[in-house]
Amino acid sequence: MTLAAVIPTKHHRNPNDVLAPGVIRAMRDDGTVDSAHDPGISDAELVSLYTAMVRVRILDDRLVSLQRQGRIGFHIGSIGEEAAILGSAFAMRKKDWIFPCYREFGAALWRGFPLQRYIDNMFGNANDSAKGRQMPDHYTAREAHFGSISSPVGTQITQAVGFAWAAKLQHDDAVVIVYFGDGATSSNDFHHGMNFAGVFKTPTIFFCRNNGWAISVPTERQTASASFAEKGVAYGVPSLRCDGNDLLAVISATREALDRALRGDGPTLIEAITYRLSGHSTSDDPKAYRQEDEVEEWRRRDPIARLRRLLSARGLYTDADQAKAEAAMQEEIKRAIVAAESAPLPALQSMFDDVYAETPWHLREQCEYLLRSPRPTKR
Amino acid sequence: MPQMNMVQAINDGLRLEMRRDPRVVLMGEDIGKVGGVFRVTAGLYDEFGDDRVIDTPLSEGGIVGTAIGMALYGLVPVPEIQFADFIYPAYDQIVSELAKLRYRSGGEYPAKLVIRTPVGGGIRGGHYHSQSPEAIFVHTPGLKVVCPSNPYDAKGLLLASLRDPDPVLFFEPKRIYRAAKGDVPEDDYTVPLSKASVVREGGHVTVLAWGAMLYEALEAANQAGAQGVECEVLDLRTLWPLDIDAVVASVKKTGRVVVVHEAPRTCGFGSEIIALINEKAFVYLEAPPARVTGFDTPFPYTLEMEYLPLAHRILPAIVDTARY
Repeated sequence: MTLAAVIPTKHHRNPNDVLAPGVIRAMRDDGTVDSAHDPGISDAELVSLYTAMVRVRILDDRLVSLQRQGRIGFHIGSIGEEAAILGSAFAMRKKDWIFPCYREFGAALWRGFPLQRYIDNMFGNANDSAKGRQMPDHYTAREAHFGSISSPVGTQITQAVGFAWAAKLQHDDAVVIVYFGDGATSSNDFHHGMNFAGVFKTPTIFFCRNNGWAISVPTERQTASASFAEKGVAYGVPSLRCDGNDLLAVISATREALDRALRGDGPTLIEAITYRLSGHSTSDDPKAYRQEDEVEEWRRRDPIARLRRLLSARGLYTDADQAKAEAAMQEEIKRAIVAAESAPLPALQSMFDDVYAETPWHLREQCEYLLRSPRPTKR
Repeated sequence: MPQMNMVQAINDGLRLEMRRDPRVVLMGEDIGKVGGVFRVTAGLYDEFGDDRVIDTPLSEGGIVGTAIGMALYGLVPVPEIQFADFIYPAYDQIVSELAKLRYRSGGEYPAKLVIRTPVGGGIRGGHYHSQSPEAIFVHTPGLKVVCPSNPYDAKGLLLASLRDPDPVLFFEPKRIYRAAKGDVPEDDYTVPLSKASVVREGGHVTVLAWGAMLYEALEAANQAGAQGVECEVLDLRTLWPLDIDAVVASVKKTGRVVVVHEAPRTCGFGSEIIALINEKAFVYLEAPPARVTGFDTPFPYTLEMEYLPLAHRILPAIVDTARY
């Protein structure tokens, strides 16, 4: 399941082939589970994860429509990647830390980041944890042990390694999971981070959501490797590949990586093979660069529908449960949107706060200048 | 009180703070067993061990990126970039991440670290061991930029930088690493950030300088004095946030100003200083503010003494400004 599994053979050179040998899969199409990779989680936890995934999907749909209506400026979502995000977040302990990319709001919510705060961020209002200073989906959630979100791709990777390294130096057994897409494996920070993690054996889990696309650039333009996991070999970082649309496989893979870190064996690279069913963000139309039949093939592997089949097979969840849960979620989301939309904007002076711990003279001068200037008439 | 050079004073400051604050961790290329290519960290590996004086892979982006992660955890990392010329692989982490973290996280994730790096020319180092990139970091909101000129200030400013809540770029002028000597207390003291020092008083022309060029400015000021032109020389010490009050007070007194720096002229820090003087003390000016700087070329090897704004080029600027 480890190194041997990621060495390519001439028969499988497609990094997106989720059925390739060595890819951990647990959930079968008929709703049964391969006991070799069953993480053995309780029925209640399964239902709880399922509803969390549904909530993320509903939020994604709702936020896209808010953007289309012009009520928020932007959204970057995770449609199709809910199992990869929720399964890995579930496997981590509360004391562990998440260094996110920009697609993991599901993980933040799972760890207790309030829905209202998340929606506040979408509107950049005065209650936004980032104080309206960043685009939507760039919130911050330190209480949830969830890092600050940046737009440059990959920069969180070296930081996650440093954070985990610091924990190790302080004899704190916290482990850090860092999320990134397949595109980020081409970034400087992926290589820096993997190298440092390998050399210093930091307790870091590199979680690569291989979702097939980096905006419009497909996997084959991102790498000539037969998998993203095999990149770990060169850095001395053991790798795992899992079906990223298989919640239980994701949990098993993440737990194995967590156990390795806790044993003092250092970092693990997990490649979760999944698919970005939507565009990169609300700013692009994927029809311009990819074939609909490829998308259809992955819709059939929808992680939410797959988990639902398992729940149904076990008699854990009915259509009536689903309808009731969805209605409650829609109502909760609607209330949060109304509250966020009617909240005040950040105060003008707040633009100058937090640049430094104490505001220096030049920012005080610039703030005073702005306050006595005319307000913009353009929106 | 012992005499120290800059290298010894910075080493003494690092040792003192590492004994006082267990969160302080040094990291960089060749800083451990060998004590740094300039020996600034000599002996610290032996005292504090591999967990606090860390030889890293040859990767500036990795050094600063992981240092930011350590800082987010709560340590106070002090990454060394072997030469400021090699800081650019870390530029994205410094500018996109370090400088913005406090702001973009609404104050939740400040990242406190001090990046130390040797700066400046005059050591026959060619393009890539000579440059002075301070202006691009001054231009980046969220960073503080410090450049000491003598051993006493080097230790005191380093300790102040380490205890300041904001990220600091600490530029060490390598040309005077060993040439600048002075009395340095062995005990704990700080030199406050954002305070310039008046190193020579005079009523005719204000000369603003920092780092290694301070000595060239002083030499030129002394030569000007022989011609009856009395210069007031300010060592800025902290470039940003600038001690604007000290600069404006001196310019109001003299009405004339010459700014000296090694970096290229266009959009060098001198440009901003002169813009500020024009905004805040224009009516006091008796002459156009002058700049004596490096040229807008890459830093040359053979002709480096022609490139540097040494005393022989500062003196005519002072005299011309005085007689305008």
